[in-house]
Amino acid sequence: MTQLHELARLIRSKNAGPFELTIDVMFENREAYERVRNSGMLSIDKMAAIYHVDPSLVTSFEADVALAIKISIPRPIASGSLNDTDIFGGQFHSPIVRLEIP
Amino acid sequence: MIKAVAATGQLGTGFKAHTLAAAAVGADFIGCDAGSSDPGPYYLGSGATQASDAAVSRDLELIIAEGLKNDIPVLIGSAGTAGARPHLERTVEIVRQLAVKNGWHFPLGIVDSEISAERVIEALNSGKLSPLNGAPEISEQSIRSASHIVAMQGPECFIDALEQGAKVVIAGRSSDTSIFAAIPMMNGIPEGMAFHAAKILECGAASVVERKYPDSMVAYLENDGFTIEPPNPEMVCTPQSVASHTFYETADPFRLVEPNGTLVTTDAVYTATSDRAVKVTGSRFELTDDYTVKLEAASLLGYRTIVIAGVRDPLLLDQIDDFITKTRSVIEGKIADSLGLSTDDYQWRWNIYGKNGTLGPFEPINKVEGHEIGLLIDIVAKTQEQAQAIGAVAWHTALHQPIPEYSGLVSNLAFPISPPATNAGPVYEFSINHVMHLEHPSDTYTLTLEQI
Repeated sequence: MTQLHELARLIRSKNAGPFELTIDVMFENREAYERVRNSGMLSIDKMAAIYHVDPSLVTSFEADVALAIKISIPRPIASGSLNDTDIFGGQFHSPIVRLEIP
Repeated sequence: MIKAVAATGQLGTGFKAHTLAAAAVGADFIGCDAGSSDPGPYYLGSGATQASDAAVSRDLELIIAEGLKNDIPVLIGSAGTAGARPHLERTVEIVRQLAVKNGWHFPLGIVDSEISAERVIEALNSGKLSPLNGAPEISEQSIRSASHIVAMQGPECFIDALEQGAKVVIAGRSSDTSIFAAIPMMNGIPEGMAFHAAKILECGAASVVERKYPDSMVAYLENDGFTIEPPNPEMVCTPQSVASHTFYETADPFRLVEPNGTLVTTDAVYTATSDRAVKVTGSRFELTDDYTVKLEAASLLGYRTIVIAGVRDPLLLDQIDDFITKTRSVIEGKIADSLGLSTDDYQWRWNIYGKNGTLGPFEPINKVEGHEIGLLIDIVAKTQEQAQAIGAVAWHTALHQPIPEYSGLVSNLAFPISPPATNAGPVYEFSINHVMHLEHPSDTYTLTLEQI
């Protein structure tokens, strides 16, 4: 088993506007990209479980040209509203950094 | 061919003066984005700006000087962070001061894109508003509660200003891409190219392989594609770095919605034309007759007081959740007794850094594993005086709240600053996330020409 961060060159999250979060997983080479993509570990169902959201709200994109996988989810709390913990959404990728990839 | 220059990713964050000077030679215009909703609702709500006047003035002076020297237009969008009227006026005032200092004279286009609550309510009642993903419920009341409402403009406001003779345009809230798409579109560059290049340009040098500091970026636009080349010789773009940037801070990387249609990058091809420049082809634009502008608004929620404290005692850490539950309830009782305020009168949270302070409900570990924690007690009340009064009760009560292992007076919290409670001012929330359907692109902005 290998952890996701050992295969990716960048794992990051960011607001996509104040009401959505988007997580980017970017790879240096096609082999690592395809390994993670084909593993299904970043599937909509898996991500919905990790982030406690309904799978119907999760969208996922694979960009072969950028060697990147993107997962977008609605923010549980809008940026800067009461009880928000991360205005820029910059740390929401953390739970998948050590995800085990077969 | 159109040569487009982005001075930097956000006005006030800086760039190398010699990079911009080199980039501006032979360019058709210089653009710069000055805003973002990323730092939260405070700026839109309060009218404050993220970057200081000094930092904005430094960047604007160099940008306008290069524009005038090369006789090319300068376009600034989303003035003053949030692009509402106070932000726009503050940025325009900086331009006026710079003009006096430098003896500049030019026609200034000022685009005001703040709109009244009445306009938005009228749109709501006539079915001209559509919610975007995650939009809050809105009503006449919630619309009226907004401090400022802005309509994010497309390229048309810049085109309008330029056609009326402006040499420098300062716009309120406008889409990041509108700044860089306007002049290419005026020159017949297809929208697919104009908007995709604009999406790359709006972040300045962010699309290079390794951006060590903020700097300028250049795009050369033609009918069949555009070439991105960093003007700073220390920076390089690769097909992957440019393709990756199309991903940045957008929920859907292949379909970017603009007021007059959608940029579709699914079939975009990224090709290296040198060891540091990339040509992009294949992007297209789906035009729509339904012209929409995105609305942003921020409403006042109350006033904040915060307390920051460290906890290091291992016995206290072992029972931190129980301690906080108990202490919160004791404090709520004291607030009711001594201030006459019920929990309906204020909202508060205890964020535990070292447990789940960063991720909140998303935290999979959700327990204290280290030898210390940081506490943030965050209080929001209807007035600043109430929040401050609650803060004073909260920190003093928590400091001396007993735990079973010790007998005698304890001091549980390490406050790093005096006073332990800090007033953090008004608190806002984003209260609208809708698009408004327009008859005409000019319906939600007002253009003024001022001879500087």
